[in-house]
This record gives sequence, C-alpha cells and structure tokens, in this order.
Amino acid sequence: MTHLLNIENLHVAIQGEEILKGLNLKIKAGEVHAIMGPNGAGKSTLASTLAGRESFEVLEGTVRYQDEDLLALDAHERAAKGIFLGFQYPTEIPGVSNLNFLRTALNAQRRQRGEAEMDGGTFMKLAREKAQNLGISIEMLKRFVNVGFSGGEKKRNEMMQMAVLNPTLAILDETDSGLDIDALKVVSDGINALRSADKAILLITHYQRLLDYVTPDHVHVLADGKIVRSGGPELAHELEEKGYQAVA
Amino acid sequence: MVATAETKTQIDELTGTYKHGWSSDIESDFAPKGLNEEVIRFISAKKDEPQWMLDWRLKAYAMWQKMEEPDWAMISHPPIDYQDIYFYAAPKQKDGPKSLDEVDPELLRTYEKLGIPLAEQEVLAGVEGAPRIAVDAVFDSVSVATTFRKELEKAGVIFLSISEALRTYPELVRKYLGSVVPQRDNYFATLNCAVFSDGTFVYIPKGVRCPMELSTYFRINAENTGQFERTLIIADEGSYVSYLEGCTAPMRDENQLHAAVVELVALDDAEIKYSTVQNWYPGDKNGKGGIYNFVTKRGACRGKRSKISWTQVETGSAITWKYPSCILEGDHSVGEFYSVAVTNNHQQADTGTKMIHIGNHTRSKIISKGISAGQSNNTYRGLVRVMGGAEDVRNFTQCDSLLLGDRCGAHTVPYIEVKNPTAQIEHEATTSKISDDQMFYCMARGLDAEEAVAMVVNGFAKDVMKELPMEFAVEAQKLLGISLEGSVG
Ligand SMILES: Nc1ncnc2c1ncn2[C@@H]1O[C@H](COP(=O)(O)OP(=O)(O)O)[C@@H](O)[C@H]1O
Ligand SMILES: [Mg+2]
Repeated sequence: MTHLLNIENLHVAIQGEEILKGLNLKIKAGEVHAIMGPNGAGKSTLASTLAGRESFEVLEGTVRYQDEDLLALDAHERAAKGIFLGFQYPTEIPGVSNLNFLRTALNAQRRQRGEAEMDGGTFMKLAREKAQNLGISIEMLKRFVNVGFSGGEKKRNEMMQMAVLNPTLAILDETDSGLDIDALKVVSDGINALRSADKAILLITHYQRLLDYVTPDHVHVLADGKIVRSGGPELAHELEEKGYQAVA
Repeated sequence: MVATAETKTQIDELTGTYKHGWSSDIESDFAPKGLNEEVIRFISAKKDEPQWMLDWRLKAYAMWQKMEEPDWAMISHPPIDYQDIYFYAAPKQKDGPKSLDEVDPELLRTYEKLGIPLAEQEVLAGVEGAPRIAVDAVFDSVSVATTFRKELEKAGVIFLSISEALRTYPELVRKYLGSVVPQRDNYFATLNCAVFSDGTFVYIPKGVRCPMELSTYFRINAENTGQFERTLIIADEGSYVSYLEGCTAPMRDENQLHAAVVELVALDDAEIKYSTVQNWYPGDKNGKGGIYNFVTKRGACRGKRSKISWTQVETGSAITWKYPSCILEGDHSVGEFYSVAVTNNHQQADTGTKMIHIGNHTRSKIISKGISAGQSNNTYRGLVRVMGGAEDVRNFTQCDSLLLGDRCGAHTVPYIEVKNPTAQIEHEATTSKISDDQMFYCMARGLDAEEAVAMVVNGFAKDVMKELPMEFAVEAQKLLGISLEGSVG
C-alpha cells in the first residue's frame, strides 16, 4: 500500500461558499504530518470533511483512505474504519456520561467491523488504564460528555477517546490550544503513544510548542484553502519566526 | 416476512362488524356495540357486583350523558362515536391479522429490536388465536406469579383484579373508590366509572414495605382491562409500594378509545411510587389508526409526611391526554411528577400534572421532558395551585422540550395559582433542538444517525429515566431510540 490517505484536488463548500480550493495531501502509514496556517484558512474544514461532516459539500476531487473511496462512506463508517477526529471544539452532550458515550461508541465501531462487543468489565479496565495515563480521574469519566469541562479538560477528554478507540488515522484539530504546559506534555505523550508503523497522525496546530514534543515528519502550510508550502520540521520553526504571510 | 398493503391493519377497521345476536344472558361473553343502561347492568352482573356498585355505575352514566367532551387540550381528532364502541369484551374480529405476515411491518421491526420472541409478538400484535391476556402471557409467568403471590400474602399485601377485590373486600373498595377522582370529575373519568371493565386493586397494610415491585405483568385473572381500566392503590400508614404499569413493547388493541382511571391514596408516612411505560400503538407514519388515550390519574397524599411519585414514559398512542396529579392534603406531604413524552409522525400528546397544595409545608417537584419529531405536537400542561391556608409551600418545575426537525411543535402551558404569600414557586423552561454538532460528534465516534439521536435523547431525558425502577429503565431507554426512528435524515 502506497499511502494511507491520499487527497487530490479537494474542493469543499460550506453553505455555498468554497472554503477548500484544490487541496492535495498524501500521508503514509507511520508518518506524523502537521498542518499550520492562519485562522480561517480551512484547517477545521479539512478535518471535518475527512471525518464525514455531511453538511460540508465536496465540489470536486478525491480522497482515498486505505485504497478506498473515503467520500463514499458515512461518518460512522469512517470511524469504524479507524478515522478519528479530535475536535477543536468538542460538543457537549448533557445527560450522557463519558463512560456510557465511550462504551457505546466503541461497541458501535466493533459491531460495524463484525467484532464482538466489549463487555462492561473489560471496558472498564481499558478505560481505567487509559484514563490513568492521561491523568483523568474516574470522577471525570462519570461526568456528562464535555458538560462544564474546562478547555483543557475537553482536549484531554478527546485524547481519552482516541486512546480507547485506538484509531488508524488520527486527525487532531488544535488539540494543543488552551493547554498549560503540563497538560500539553500529557497530551503529547498520548499522541506519541499512538505512533506506530501502521498508523498515521495529522496534527493541526498554530504553535511550534506541540511540535517540540511530537516531532512531525512533514509540515504543511494551509492558506486560503490550499496547501501552499510543505517541508520538514524546520518549516515550523521558520513559520514561528517569520509568520505565515512571509512563508506562504 | 412479506406484508401486503392492506395488512397495515388499522385499529378502527378492526372493530368491524360482529353479527352475534344480543342477549342479556349472563352466560354471554359479549355486550353489543354502544352504550345504554342495559349494557352497564350486563357488565355489573357479569362481574357479580354488589348492588351499590351497579347503582354507582348507573349514577355515573346518568351524569355522563349530560356532559361534554373537553375541548381545551391541544389535540384534534374526528368525533368519537360512542355507539360504535364495544364497552365489554369486544368479540375477536374475523378480519384481525391472521398471522404476523399481516401485521404492520414497522411494528414487527420494533419487536425485533426489542428482542421479543415470536409467540409474544403474536400476542402483542393481536394475531387471531393468540391468547388474549396479553401482559400476563407475555411473561409466561404462571410459576413466577404463584411464588410472587405467596410472598405478598405473607406480607399481608392485597393485590387483586378490581373485580375480585369487589367480591372479597367490598367495604375497602367502597371506602376509597371515587374518593380521589370523583365520579363527576371529567367526561372520560365519568365514562370510566360507568363502564370500567377491570383493573387492579392494591392495599398495603400499616407499616408494610411491599417486598417487591408490583407489576401488571403478574396480575392474573384480569382480562380485557386495556380499554376502560380502573386502578385503586391504598398505602396505609407507614407503608411503601412501587407499582409498574405498562409494557415497553408497542401493544395493539382493537379498541381505539382508552379511558382509564387511576386513584392512589397515601395515608400518614406512606409512600407510593407509580411508574408507567405507555406504548400503545401510535398509528402508522401517515397518522392512521392508533389509540386515543384519555387517562385520569390522581393521587391523594391524605396523610402527614406522605409521598406520591409519578414517573411516566409516554411513547405510544395517537393521542395522549393525561395529567397524573397529586393532592397534597397532609402536612409535609410530597408530590412528584417525572415525565418523558415522545411524539413522532402525527402523534399528539397533551400531558402534564396538577399539584394541589392544601396542607402546610407541602412540597412538589415536576420534571417534564417533551421530545417531538415528525409532524407531531407535544404539549406540557401543568397546574401548581397553592391554597390560601397552605403555609410554607414549595414547588419546583423544570420543563424542557427537545425538537427534532422543524415540522413538529412543542408547547408549554403552565398555570400557577398561589393564594398564600409564603409559597415559593420556581418554574424553568427550555426549548432546544438536537444540533448538527451533537449529531456529527456522535457519528464521528461511530454511532449511526439513529444511534446518535437515541444517545442525545436519552441524555436529555436522563433526569426522568433515572427515576424508573431497574426493571423498566434499560428497555425504556431502548424504546426512546426506537420511537424516534426515521425522524432524522
Ligand atoms: N459551520 C460553518 N458555517 C459557515 N461557515 C463556516 C463554518 N465552518 C467554517 N466556516 C468558514 O469556513 C472558513 C474556514 O474555517 P475553518 O476551517 O474553521 O478555518 P481554520 O480551522 O483554519 O481556522 C472560515 O471563513 C469560516 O468562517
Ligand atoms: Mg479551526
């Protein structure tokens, strides 16, 4: 298999307005890519499109994932095939505990893959282990999904979900924003724990500092709906010094 | 399993044409269509009732004839032809579904999702030849019921069909029947007084904590109770009982009109917890068929420190007209109402509660969660009344509506009447929609659209669902999701 993810000439519109304007990106298994770019460039639009947000309209282009037409799949099918989106703004679901949400999600994915559902005991063991690694208390797992969570708690909760769901392609949309340095370290450890030869990670970030902990193989600059420059980790440093305007 | 178009049998068609000649012979199993004194005498004789009971029925019938159907609820339906209804033991129709192949496939899909075995599906769907005592047969529980009864007897709990109670404990029934819901209360309650077929009688003696949840599943000798059911529960001083009514599986019934009456009486320090899952056939996607459910449920907290708690999950019926209420007479008595009402397609629900504060230091709490989808209409209607003599009353009301789509309606109609200045009344109301963000968040984690709706809706209804006894909770959760299927694209 050549690429885990292959995006060619992707054009996406939101409510009739074209946001992505011919984006190309190839990611191989084992790689970590970082996308940086100014606010409003279309980074979250790309992330949501890959995860299958229905209201985003693909005007043109192809996306292949594991040699399959990704755009033909519904969001929940993509999740079952190993795509995970760490949301920039995780959504609140009042009345649903984190544990219940996570177990329902995990078993929904397993069902789709034809695997047996995970029983309560096994799930709790898994959840405890992952929570401990991320410094998440059992109390927090019992709270309603993202309700009343601080910005940092929400991001850590996304990492918790990622750890339990164990995706093949993780797209992390500004998971580092709003984290203090300790939380950033915990989150970085979580991301690094997922790194392996058969998985890939797409980091969307504004800041060099995450990339100090999670070293990317490739860095891309997204501006006005397109990848305008690609390079190695050094590109992130250049961006930090000179700003997007100069680099793009 | 293939079903033809005409097998989408409509309940109103099922009440077809029975040609059996009328005979007032007590041996006959049926009374003919329509209502008159003779039919009432027949019902009473059939049950071998005491004279006072017959007189009571006839008195109600005389009242009813002069009454008008109420029109204040936010519901509409074609006029009900009371002369076209069987008031006692409608005969099995020849044009009922002959096998499951002839039953609304949507209904069968629901049974499948709830994991109901085939034999029980037949009972629920009213297939010809299937046993008539649905709820009992469903749980195939003769042996369970026997053990169960023995244990109750040991505790001194009386748990009988109301006909049986009228024979064995006539004075007890006479003392309380109609003492909470007066005969003249409302059109449908008065009708029920005249024609009620059967129902449940429960008496918990002083100081007894009923050793198990009482469920209609286990009540034997109670046929034909679905239509004009009558329930009377008395919790004597210091006693406790939890009563479960209904069934999560959608039940078909040949009778379109349902008009039940439930009366609860709690004496000093007694507590009654009454939980309902109502899932009568709601009609098809186009709003054809379905049960009209006009229910009067009321509890009297007569004793000091008594407590009555209503929990309901209403997902079925074409029309739901229902206001389980509490009359808080005893000082320090407590009334609670927890409700989830789901309407989809063309269903209409006008439901809520009345909390009447008469005693001092009485408390009430109302949590209502309305969920509307399709082209349905869902109304919360609630009254909190504080009488002039009632000191230090508190009420808290939380009324939330959730909309799925933009063709449905949610309405909140609170009435607050406070005649004592020491009362503290709090009312909160919200209306929200399931957001695209919530749907996408769930789906991006692997849930399909229907699972996502079920997840968000169960979260929304959580504060009520957690009040349900364990026996009901899990199934009721599934039921919420199923009731809303097809409501998101
Ligand atoms: N749900 C939405 N509805 C309408 N416009 C949107 C929506 N989401 C994003 N946009 C618009 O799309 C453009 C790109 O936004 P986004 O992808 O969030 O940028 P970034 O993540 O790079 O900051 C912006 O102009 C934004 O206003
Ligand atoms: Mg963004």
